[in-house]
Amino acid sequence: MLEIKGLAASINDKPILRGIDLVVPPGEVHAIMGPNGSGKSTLGYVLAGREDYEVTGGSATFNGVDLLDMEPEARAAAGVFLAFQAPIELPGVNNANFLRTALNAIRRAHGETELDAVQFLKLARAEAKRLAMPDDMLKRNVNVGFSGGEKKRNEVLQMALLRPKLAILDETDSGLDIDALKIVADGVNALRGPDFSALVITHHQRLLDHLVPNRVHVLARGRIVHSGGPELARELERSGYAGLVQEAA
Amino acid sequence: MPATTETLDTVQALADTGYKWGFETNIEMDFAPKGLNEDIIRLISARKEEPAWMLDWRLAAYAAWLKMPEPQWAKVEHPPIDYQDLHYYAAPKKKAGPKSLDEVDPELLAMYEKLGIPLKERAILAGVEPGEGEPNPIAVDAVFDSVSVATTFRDTLAKAGVIFCPISEAVRDHPDLVRKYLGSVVPVADNFYAALNSAVFTDGSFVYIPKGVRCPMELSTYFRINARNTGQFERTLIVAEEGSYVSYLEGCTAPQRDENQLHAAVVELVAMDDAQIKYSTVQNWYPGDSEGRGGIYNFVTKRGACRGARSKISWTQVETGSAITWKYPSCVLEGADSVGEFYSVAVTNNHQQADTGTKMIHLGRGSRSTIVSKGISAGKSNNTYRGLVRIAPTAAGARNFTQCDSLLIGDQCGAHTVPYIESRNLSAKVEHEATTSKIAEDQLFYCRQRGLSEEDAVNLIVNGFCKDVLKELPMEFAVEAQKLLAVSLEGSVG
Repeated sequence: MLEIKGLAASINDKPILRGIDLVVPPGEVHAIMGPNGSGKSTLGYVLAGREDYEVTGGSATFNGVDLLDMEPEARAAAGVFLAFQAPIELPGVNNANFLRTALNAIRRAHGETELDAVQFLKLARAEAKRLAMPDDMLKRNVNVGFSGGEKKRNEVLQMALLRPKLAILDETDSGLDIDALKIVADGVNALRGPDFSALVITHHQRLLDHLVPNRVHVLARGRIVHSGGPELARELERSGYAGLVQEAA
Repeated sequence: MPATTETLDTVQALADTGYKWGFETNIEMDFAPKGLNEDIIRLISARKEEPAWMLDWRLAAYAAWLKMPEPQWAKVEHPPIDYQDLHYYAAPKKKAGPKSLDEVDPELLAMYEKLGIPLKERAILAGVEPGEGEPNPIAVDAVFDSVSVATTFRDTLAKAGVIFCPISEAVRDHPDLVRKYLGSVVPVADNFYAALNSAVFTDGSFVYIPKGVRCPMELSTYFRINARNTGQFERTLIVAEEGSYVSYLEGCTAPQRDENQLHAAVVELVAMDDAQIKYSTVQNWYPGDSEGRGGIYNFVTKRGACRGARSKISWTQVETGSAITWKYPSCVLEGADSVGEFYSVAVTNNHQQADTGTKMIHLGRGSRSTIVSKGISAGKSNNTYRGLVRIAPTAAGARNFTQCDSLLIGDQCGAHTVPYIESRNLSAKVEHEATTSKIAEDQLFYCRQRGLSEEDAVNLIVNGFCKDVLKELPMEFAVEAQKLLAVSLEGSVG
């Protein structure tokens, strides 16, 4: 269970999050929507431990452990996964090697045996196939020369391999065609279960058609101003954020 | 705290891990007195049981050296070196030649163990024959300080007609070859350090590959500086006759020290028609502590002559050690359509200074050269690429491609690229590309978010950056090089 209480964070002394309260029970998928600049990506970064952001108040725990006190890699080992809005390029670093290093780091943290190259490739190829990704994506350098859609799919592949307990998807659907969108949704749906929660940051109802959330939250000016069931997303698509944001202000 | 500051703190915190292979082996040394003069040179020559011509050659070099100033043009700084305050000869006290592992000094074996020399190779040092048809054996000519303790695989190589032996032995046993080629690529008065080396070199390797022979194994030498205040002056000469091929590996680690140690090696390569020499180096001399104290001064002259048509010389180096590196493995492309290659990774950290690069001298028609240099700077270090591409009027249709990339870790280090390009033939084509980048915060965060430690993340990014060079190394060496990069970066950033 993810429990966020009064979370406040700033970057370069500029407050972005101004007291977020949010609970995501195990097994649930919550959508975060809201206007540009409301702090959605910041929330993802702060939960994942990006150092540019300074936490100025509140708490965030996952299954009882204090996330904010942990190094990013320790959070990853605890099961936190962030699918980046703009995945990073690593020139010269082979994608399969990167994924195996990551997977083994996490397996090591859990006291599990590491996978050798052969075992890993078998696993990775199976996952890639399930996500309708070409094998050659494993051979290429991490995100280098990938199209926007390929980068997003690569994030989903990583998520599938690392099997997180809390996935945060930061606009993973942006810029994707319908087929790719479905792959992203399938990626999350495949992980769904009593031990998996997700925060899905999105601007579009479209993704939520394939990935029906338990709750939808509207983030505006660093606070959650409204929450509702899956129907809220459709309402927002119709009427926009203006009404809700005004109300909250 | 801004992320960059925090990273710098992390860098600092990690910077004191220390030199992993800083240990010293206690083996009784046999020193020449400190200082350099004609008597010392006579003593070295006598200890090596050298013929008179060799002594004369040394004395001529010494006379030339006396008239030469130290070079000042490199972007390195160090206190003046007192050449009279060094020992120019040190040899382990000899028992009878080692015939089995039991007879090898246990201290020496322990040292090889620390160096990670595989057990099989350690056995090889004692002359144990490998089983029939074992794949890819490596012949090791172990240089322990100044005297080769053992030379191995001699028989297999001899069957192929290959000579691989300590140079001092070659001076005695193959005087005609040595006289013909020694100093033919790097003349005694070529430069200050080469002249010094010519006067006092104590050991090194000699390799001769006869016409049409493909050397049946990779040749490797482990160098190690192990005596306080002993400058080490290696001399290596490799001659590849027409249509032959050899791959030579040179690797070194050195024990930790307080004083600076001078290392001035000379390596000469000669390739005849259609011959190929691949020379790979992994260099890890002690770099000094995090304050820059101690550490090896590495002033090396490495040069290959592509004498024959279609001959090829390829230098690959991974340089992580030394307080100061002054090193420009070069190719003189005399033969028509000859090929020179230089692949380099140079890592500097803390207060290390590296001024390294290559020279490609195009004389032959249609000669081609490729330069790929990857410089990585961390801490307060300075990393300079200095390269010369010279196309002579005779080199019609010559081509060069140069790629120089620098990677900065932190914001207190420096990367410099100093290319010199001289083209005197209009039909020649010279290309130069250079980039400088920094390990970005978002790259580190991306990796760490996936569960990698900061160290592993930096290693991954750095290895990716160096990939074009590492893939040029022979397989067994590439693994060692990656390990070395990781160790060097443990003390740098992660």
